[in-house]
Amino acid sequence: MNFEAIVFYMFAALILFAALGVITSRNPVHAVLFLVLAFISSSGIWLMLEAEFLAIALVLVYVGAVMVLFLFVVMMLDINLVQLREGFWRWLPFGAALAGLMAFEMIWVLGASETSGGMVAVKHAADYSNTKELGRLLYTEYVYPFEIAAVILLVAMVAAIALTLRRRKDAKSQVVSEQIAVKKADRLRIVTMKSERKE
Amino acid sequence: MMEALILQFFQWFWNLFGLWDVMWGYIKPVWPLLWTVAKIFAIILPLLGAVAYLTLAERKVIGYMQIRIGPNRVGYFGLLQPLADGMKLFMKEIIIPSGSSKFLFVIAPIMAFAPALAAWAVVPFDQGMALANVNAGLLYILTMTSLGIYGIIIAGWASNSKYAFIGAVRSAAQIVSYEIAMGFALVCVLMASQSMNLTDIVNGQHGNWGALNWYVIPLFPMFMVYLISGVAETNRSPFDMAEGESEIVAGFHVEYSGMAFAVFFLAEYANMILIAFLTSIMFLGGWLSPVPFLPDSFIWLLGKVAFILLLFLWFRATFPRYRYDQLMRLGWKVFIPLTIVWVVVIAVWMQTSLWVW
Repeated sequence: MNFEAIVFYMFAALILFAALGVITSRNPVHAVLFLVLAFISSSGIWLMLEAEFLAIALVLVYVGAVMVLFLFVVMMLDINLVQLREGFWRWLPFGAALAGLMAFEMIWVLGASETSGGMVAVKHAADYSNTKELGRLLYTEYVYPFEIAAVILLVAMVAAIALTLRRRKDAKSQVVSEQIAVKKADRLRIVTMKSERKE
Repeated sequence: MMEALILQFFQWFWNLFGLWDVMWGYIKPVWPLLWTVAKIFAIILPLLGAVAYLTLAERKVIGYMQIRIGPNRVGYFGLLQPLADGMKLFMKEIIIPSGSSKFLFVIAPIMAFAPALAAWAVVPFDQGMALANVNAGLLYILTMTSLGIYGIIIAGWASNSKYAFIGAVRSAAQIVSYEIAMGFALVCVLMASQSMNLTDIVNGQHGNWGALNWYVIPLFPMFMVYLISGVAETNRSPFDMAEGESEIVAGFHVEYSGMAFAVFFLAEYANMILIAFLTSIMFLGGWLSPVPFLPDSFIWLLGKVAFILLLFLWFRATFPRYRYDQLMRLGWKVFIPLTIVWVVVIAVWMQTSLWVW
């Protein structure tokens, strides 16, 4: 077993361990942190496939931003662990069927590529820029799918904001530009008066 | 070159005993590993020294700005103060709160410190002097700086304390907000240099006009955005809501003591130095000389870094702390629109003949 294989199996074992941790840990915050570990390990495997842009983008987007917000929300929730555990046996068949289906699909797809010679990672020289190639493809050959995906995401974002935006009528808010533009004369009135003295 | 010199020295040394061939037989398979580890130490040890003396510099600079002397008891001009502070923190007991999540409580300082060190892997110090000269260096840096937040969030949550938790949540929201502006500022840099390799970015600023060739000229608004976002990202004053000692005691590290607290401190200062290095490399021409008739050298980079660090300290001595809504307004309503507009401006500018960088 060469060094590359050892590293691969190490990352793979870490992913499995982390994925198990996500579904077995009692505390939701621990589960989210296990998910972060799973993301980082899979990014390691992508790095081994010379997909350095995707690997770094995975960590940057999912670990650096999405999971932070996940943690943020999960930490704020007041979760009743007992309530969470109710109905485990009722939903077990459904979950098992779903897991079985997914496993079957993965075996099908990977098995097919394995038997037909399949996809083999092409080795490139050290100065090969993965990022440049991806960018070139995205903005030439796949420009319409790429732009459409971007617009769909934008629409989803606008919809989410529109659904949750509720402006309270009685809320008071500050207009910062007015606050900054304020002059001394607007706030302060200097009164000249004689000193009063009471004997 | 350095590598060959060191190998020659070892060869000479072991040949004195006639043992070179035997030794080389053992060393040769692991030599690349040893050499990389040596380079890592050559980066980390000066960095930790710089962190220690940055704390002293901060107290001295702020002291003089407030017409005080600052630390002056330990050693001449207080030069041994960082060692004394380190010793004090080292001797202190690390208290783990009984209601805390123990594993996460212990691992949180490490999670804050590790990315702050890992980011240095791609930082070039001079032409060809980087631990790893990778293509996607800029992305890697952005990723590593965004991972540091986990240390803070985990620390705040694992402490099982309200103050720590509020500090962590504030910090998470703040860092995620400013990361977007920071990312867009870096997009402008990589558009101007057409590369994500940090060495190439510096070389792209090389020209006949010295300082006028640097990206700070066409990207001046982005330089400001990056610098201010950097201050916010490192939770430094005036954006230190995560600590906010007058509001929430000490924020996310209120339950930490001794070395565990010191590691958070080290992470903050290592991040400051990192941001200063990156600003110098991406906007101020790295090791390039500001005037054409002087040679390029590592000294220039150090000078620029020192200047940016002085700015960090100066901000702290000058500005009062932002209010939280003002902070969010600055991030989302000022910086992000500004950066998006500037990306478009640069894109159009680069298509015209007026682009000379």
